[in-house]
Amino acid sequence: MSALLTVCRKEILETLRERRTLVSLLLGPLFGPILFTVIINMTVSRNLTSLDEVLEVPILGAEYAPNLVAYLRARSIAPIEDHDIQDVEQAAELVATGTYDVVLVIDEAFGKDFGTDRAARVALVVDRSKNRAASRVGRLRGAVDGYSQQIGLLRLVANGADPSLLRPLVVDELDVSTPASRSALMLGVLTYFLLFATLTGGLHLAIDTTAGERERKSLEPLLTLPVARSSLIVGKMTATVCYMLASLVLTLAAFTIALRQMPLEQIGMSSNFGFATAALAFALLCPFAPLGAALMTAVASFTKTYREAQTYLTFVLLVPTLPLIIASVLNIEPEAKLMWIPSLSQHLLITTLIKDQPLTPSFVAISVVSTLALGGLLGWLAVRLYRREAILG
Amino acid sequence: MIEVEGISKSFGAVRAVDGVSFTAADGRITGLLGPNGAGKSTCLRILSTVLEPDAGAARVGGIDLAAASLAARRVLGVLPHSSGLYQQLTGRENIEYYGRLHGIAEDRLAARVDALIERLELGAIASRKAKGFSQGERTKIALARALVHDPQHLLLDEPTNGLDVMATRHLRDWLRELRGQGRCVLLSSHVMQEVDALVDELVIIAAGRVTLRGSPAELAQRFPGRSLEEIFVEAVRGAERSAA
Repeated sequence: MSALLTVCRKEILETLRERRTLVSLLLGPLFGPILFTVIINMTVSRNLTSLDEVLEVPILGAEYAPNLVAYLRARSIAPIEDHDIQDVEQAAELVATGTYDVVLVIDEAFGKDFGTDRAARVALVVDRSKNRAASRVGRLRGAVDGYSQQIGLLRLVANGADPSLLRPLVVDELDVSTPASRSALMLGVLTYFLLFATLTGGLHLAIDTTAGERERKSLEPLLTLPVARSSLIVGKMTATVCYMLASLVLTLAAFTIALRQMPLEQIGMSSNFGFATAALAFALLCPFAPLGAALMTAVASFTKTYREAQTYLTFVLLVPTLPLIIASVLNIEPEAKLMWIPSLSQHLLITTLIKDQPLTPSFVAISVVSTLALGGLLGWLAVRLYRREAILG
Repeated sequence: MIEVEGISKSFGAVRAVDGVSFTAADGRITGLLGPNGAGKSTCLRILSTVLEPDAGAARVGGIDLAAASLAARRVLGVLPHSSGLYQQLTGRENIEYYGRLHGIAEDRLAARVDALIERLELGAIASRKAKGFSQGERTKIALARALVHDPQHLLLDEPTNGLDVMATRHLRDWLRELRGQGRCVLLSSHVMQEVDALVDELVIIAAGRVTLRGSPAELAQRFPGRSLEEIFVEAVRGAERSAA
């Protein structure tokens, strides 16, 4: 036991002294939260433009439809003058080059056709491949459609017809999602980052203690010491788990702080990701650390060099994230039998947490037991692999 | 005392060690001599218990390696081919780490490491990280590390490799001192002149077999008029011819 702790302490100390490793260990956990902040802020600002901001749209032929332009103005859509736009081709070019998101072109015959039984024509020049522009285009289109409908209704009334003739169907949508459950969709990605940070936190040590130690030739003298190989490798895995948990704590802390700064309410989501949630999420993810450490150590002990191990482990990092991707594609709900799958069970439980729904104790129990059991199995495998003579390379 | 009885070891189709037997007595320096690839390192790796022989047996201080490898490791100090120090630890920490893994209590450990640092004149490098050590400094620390638990038996795999003249002389002095303390020292080398001055007993090994054994004086007597190097070259050629 004391040999195990001696090994664990030495591995922790040695890694602490390696500046490059330490920096990546500290910066790694920040990657997720920063990416997250950027994405959410972009989503928020894009959604908000369509509501509050004045949308400036170049209108070609504004003089043919003063009423339409006035209607748009009332909806915060301001026409701007651009003398470069003389015809549809020029408008198309300016949209294609990205100068404008959308240009409204009013037909010369608009004034003549308007009020007759011929439909007056307007054109929206847009680039559908630009997602960024979608909300602005949608807003302008909605306003133009609104004008069209309003005029249509007025004409029906003027002719003595019931306007409801034009609306044989009324569709009501009842959105039962709560702000918390809406945020779960986006914050579901959070578990992915958490699992990833946990694994990468132990990546260096898992490789260093097996392939790395062999490559630096320090393994052979170590194996001549009167210490069971199982103590050595379990001590090394314990150190790996320590770094993984440290990485997880850092990531959780960074997320907790980052989510507080985000205007989640403005896009109809709420975040209950406070200290208590973070602590619970940590507890739920804890059993995953030994599993990941054992998996990475077992894989790394097959390889000959640090570099080779790194290549293999990059793929191994993807394995635990696979169930998450399937889960989000299929939109899976928590179920008892799914709790037997490590990483998926943690994902589902943490998503439940974020949705502000109560955790089912039996689900948590299955998740913890199955994850620890698989971790134990892989740990046993890692010990077996470490006992082989081939470990010396 | 180290006793080796007919050990063999194959790696795939390669028979690295083929029925090797010899004895290394206490209070003597025994040299395992042979060309590169003769099986010296494999022999020492079997004796240091990191490899298991396919056949044969070996005892260190009367302890059978196969039956009680952990007990055997307690009476063995090993200086492997590469020193394999931990780069981020200081010289002292490298020695202490092994001391702790040998189960030496903290209070005794400090005194023991101090004594080794003084005897091996490591004061200047003890508190520096192993990262920047020269080959000679690495070997010194690795030797101190191998001696931290005061072992009766010492295995050294080509210990003078990469050392300059002064460092080599120092190493020889220490090995003679250890012999004087009654320890059993077994070292390997591929350079005849090097062991000539140092060893009491020669075990010449080629193509995985022992081809010649005896003290330098005995060998000189058995092959009069020939230098040790000539004897060595002939023994190796003979073994390689019969193996081919």
